[in-house]
This record gives sequence, C-alpha cells and structure tokens, in this order.
Amino acid sequence: MQTHPAKRVEIIIEEVMEKRLTSALLGADVTGFTVLPVKGGSGRSGHWSRAGQVGRATGMVSVVCIVRPDRLDTLLEAAFAVVEPHIGVVSVTDCEVLRAERF
Amino acid sequence: MDLFALAVGNLTSPIILSFALGLFAALARSDLSIPEAVAKGMSIYLLFAIGFKGGVAVDEAGLSGTLLGALLGAVVLSFALPFAAYALLRVMTRLSALDAAAVAAHYGSISIVTFVAGTSVLESAGLSYDGWMVAVAAAMEAPAILSALWLVARSGGGRQMDGELMREILLNGSIVLLIGSFVIGWVTGSEGLARIESFIVSPFQGVLCLFLLDMGLVAGRGLRNARGVLRPGLLTFGVVMPLVGAASGAAAGLILGLGTGSTMLFMVLGASASYIAVPAAMRVALPEANPSVYLTLSLGVTFPFNLTLGLAIYLAVARFLTGG
Repeated sequence: MQTHPAKRVEIIIEEVMEKRLTSALLGADVTGFTVLPVKGGSGRSGHWSRAGQVGRATGMVSVVCIVRPDRLDTLLEAAFAVVEPHIGVVSVTDCEVLRAERF
Repeated sequence: MDLFALAVGNLTSPIILSFALGLFAALARSDLSIPEAVAKGMSIYLLFAIGFKGGVAVDEAGLSGTLLGALLGAVVLSFALPFAAYALLRVMTRLSALDAAAVAAHYGSISIVTFVAGTSVLESAGLSYDGWMVAVAAAMEAPAILSALWLVARSGGGRQMDGELMREILLNGSIVLLIGSFVIGWVTGSEGLARIESFIVSPFQGVLCLFLLDMGLVAGRGLRNARGVLRPGLLTFGVVMPLVGAASGAAAGLILGLGTGSTMLFMVLGASASYIAVPAAMRVALPEANPSVYLTLSLGVTFPFNLTLGLAIYLAVARFLTGG
C-alpha cells in the first residue's frame, strides 16, 4: 500500500480556547482537524478531572491535525498565537498517511 | 426562630447533607463520581426550573417598579464588589495584582446554586420572595468581570476585552437559559406551569440534592489538590468576603424596600462567588492568573461556608432588618 509522509500535530488546550484555536487554524487554511474531549490529567498546574464538572474552566480538549510537511510552519504559527499564554501541550510527530491528496 | 435553630435546621437538611456526603467522599478518596454529562444535565434542569418558576411568580404577582431598581442595584453591586474584594486581598494575602483581580471577579459575580439553596431555605421557613429575583441573579453574572479586567489594566496588565469574549460572557449558557426560562414562565404563567409541574416542581429538591452531592465531590477534590495554595490569609478572605458581600446585599435590599425573602436572596447573591461563568472568562482573559487559587477559594471555601452557615446567618439578619 502506498503511504506518504505527513506531520501529526496534537494540541491539548483549555476547553475555553477551543473555538479560538480552531478559528485560527481555519484562518491559516488548515481545514482538517479533529477535536477530542480529554477526561483528566496532571501537569504543572496540578491534577484535574472532568468528572462532575459543570463549567468549562477546568476542561481540556485535544485538537489533532495532520498536514503535509510543507504546511507545518503555517499551522504552528497560527496555533502558537492562540496557545502561547495558556495551559496546554503542543507536540509534532512524523506519520504516514494514505491518500495524500486529502491533506 | 433563633440563629442557632436556623443553622441546625439548615445543616440537617437533605441538600446540605448531600453536599457534606460529596465533600467527605472526595476527601476520603472514594471513587464515587458523577459523570460530567449527568452533572451538566442536572445544572440545565435546575436553571430551567428556577427560571421558569420565577417567571410564573412574576406573571401571578405582576411587575412592580421595584424590579428596575433591583436590577440597577444588582449591576452596581456586581461592579462594586470586586473592588472591595481586591482591596481585602491585597491587605490580607500576598497574591499578585493579577491573581487578586481574578479572584475579585468571582466575588462580584454569583453562584446560582447558592441562590437556589437560598430559595430552598426560604421555602422551608415559610417565607416568600419576589419571582424576579431570578432576573436580578442573572444581572449579577457578568459586570464583575469588567471590573476585574479594569483592575488588571490599572495595575499595568494592559488587558483588553475583545468582542468575542464580551459575547461569550453576556451570552453564556447559564444566563441565556435562566433568562429564557424566566421569559417562558412569565409568558405561559400558571397554565404553563400546570402542564410541566410534575417535571419541574416535584423532582426539584431531589435533583438539587444530587447536584449538591456532585458539588461536594468537586469541591473536595479541589481542596485535596490545592492544599499548598490555601494560606491562612486566603482562607480568612474566603469567609470574610461573603459577609462583606452579604452586608452590601442587605443594604441594597433595605434601600429598595424589599421584603424579608428578597432581602435574604440579595444577601445570598452578594455573598456568593461564581465558579462556572467567571472562571471560564478568567481563563480566556487572564490566562496567567492561577486557576487553582480562584477555583479553590470560590468552590472549596466560600461555597461550603455559604451553604452550611451563611444561609442561616443571612436569613436571621434579613429577618432582623426587615422585621419579617
């Protein structure tokens, strides 16, 4: 099966920033991404869990984008402008995709 | 009824005991938890029910000129309380200007669950209140956020309110649901209430118990994870500030000539601290502020204080001041 190199960017960010981040991605022409809920975790700000929470202040989401390698810098610049002062993690990994024309 | 009897009656009510159970379970590291979706569902139910019943009460009693004064008083109170909170925090704690402003915003806004618990205490005591106090509660949700951002800007933080954040604050789900259900109740009146009474009246106290069980769990987990944050000065602030807010609410109630029930609820609104709308706004507007400070204070200290002792104190004081 023919596969193609791509970059997988995962941005774990505060739930309240989700729309701002996805708007910034769309503004940078990154039109493909997946938003996943995050159940809980631990980091520099301590342990947290979504269990029983009714507000959005303590929730996090994971935004996953897969792009062609030449689109990576555009994506990161757009994301960084939103993510920079907030709690979260940005990671980039190499991956392989089928159907390269979709990215 | 004296203050002691009121306090005992309140502490042994199902809603307070449910909260205590949640708090105990979390502190004892029990695996008891309520799924997020269930908690959100109960929150929507409670907001809809309290808004709807408030609207029906207004339809039955009619609008009075006092409502406009009360709304104005609520907005002024919400704008003003963060300044008092900020001044107290700067004197009593070593919080930075940024963290103090973020905490202050929570104390100018309100906790609708504390308000609902307050209405429950009034009903147990056989006292009535104006149905439009629900609208007063909604009016106090947002102004405090603007005061906090102004405080940060004044201390050199240079924060600016963008249009998107303003829209999110004014149209946050709690405000839209509370005001929307209030209008539906007002428009449909007692006939509308009769149609859905079995859903929004009878199960209300039971749902409130479960919701407070969840609040106890969340507060307990917060306290467990933020032991290093709660210094004596902050703890004292978490108890003193509600009394300052309640005194301001009492003054507003007296100036407006409200009855015992509504004056007590004005005190509850002044005393309570937000833990849903304001924390979300602070995460967007002041991301550098430490969320464990303001969340632990409002949900882990002030909320339990208001539920266990505050409500009884506010009712006793409101009765004394209004002769009710």
